[in-house]
Amino acid sequence: MDKNKYSLLVKKYTPKEDRLFNGLIAFIVGGLIGIIGQFLISFYSSYLSIPSKEASIFMIITLIFIGCLLTGLGIFDKLVSYTRCGLIIPITGFAHSMSSAALEYKKEGLVTGIGANIFKLAGTVIMFGVVSAYFFGILRLIFFGG
Amino acid sequence: MIYLNAFLFAGTVCLIGQIILDNTKLTPGHITSLFVVIGSFLDVFNIYDKLVLWAGGGALVPITSFGHLLIHGALDTVNNQGVMGLFMGMFNLTASGIVAAIVFSFLFALIFKPKD
Repeated sequence: MDKNKYSLLVKKYTPKEDRLFNGLIAFIVGGLIGIIGQFLISFYSSYLSIPSKEASIFMIITLIFIGCLLTGLGIFDKLVSYTRCGLIIPITGFAHSMSSAALEYKKEGLVTGIGANIFKLAGTVIMFGVVSAYFFGILRLIFFGG
Repeated sequence: MIYLNAFLFAGTVCLIGQIILDNTKLTPGHITSLFVVIGSFLDVFNIYDKLVLWAGGGALVPITSFGHLLIHGALDTVNNQGVMGLFMGMFNLTASGIVAAIVFSFLFALIFKPKD
C-alpha cells in the first residue's frame, strides 16, 4: 500500500472532533431532557393532583434519582462520551458529579472516603451558586426592593 | 406548545455549554459553575421567572435553574422575615435537590462497585 492511500485510510478512521455534530447532539439530548422534565411535571401534577410547584420538585428528584442510578450502574459515563454537554448541563450532571465522586472514593472508607469527597466536584456548583445568589440578591434588594 | 418551548430552551442551554466546552480550555466544572452564576444573575432582572413561565420544565432542568432557585428562596425569606433571610432562606427551594442527590449518591455508592 502506498503512502497516500495509507494516510487517507488513517484519516478516514481517526475519530474527528466534529464540533457541529457535538453541538447538534448536545442540543437534541438537552432538549429531550427538557421535554422529559415538562412531561414529568404535568404527569405528577395531574395524577397525584398536586400543585405544579411541588410537581417540579418531584421532577427534579426523579431526574436526580435516574442520574445517580445510571452512574452507579456505570452507564452514565458512556452516555456522556456520546452526548457531551447534553447530560452535563441538566440537573443529571449535578447528580452524576456527586455519585461518581462517592463511588470513586468508596475504597477509602465511609468517613474519609465517601463523606469527605462527596462534594469534591459538586461543591464548586454549590459554592458559586450561593456566593453569586448572595451578592445578586443584595443587588436586587437595593435596586428593585426584593 | 410548552413541550416545544421546553425542548428549545433546554437544548439551547446545552448547545451553548457544548460550544464553550469545544472552543475553550474550560472543563465541565467551570461551565456548570458559570451557568449557575448566569442563572442567578438573570433572576436579578426577573428574566428567569419569565423563562420558567415560557418553557416550564425546560427551564427548570438545566443547572441555571439552581442559581435561580437559590436567589429566589433567599429573597422570598427576605420579604417575609427581613434582611437575615438572605442567610436563612438560601437553600429553601434547592434543599430537596441537594438532599436527594446526597442520599441517592450515598446509597448507590454503598450498593454498586466503581467501574473504571
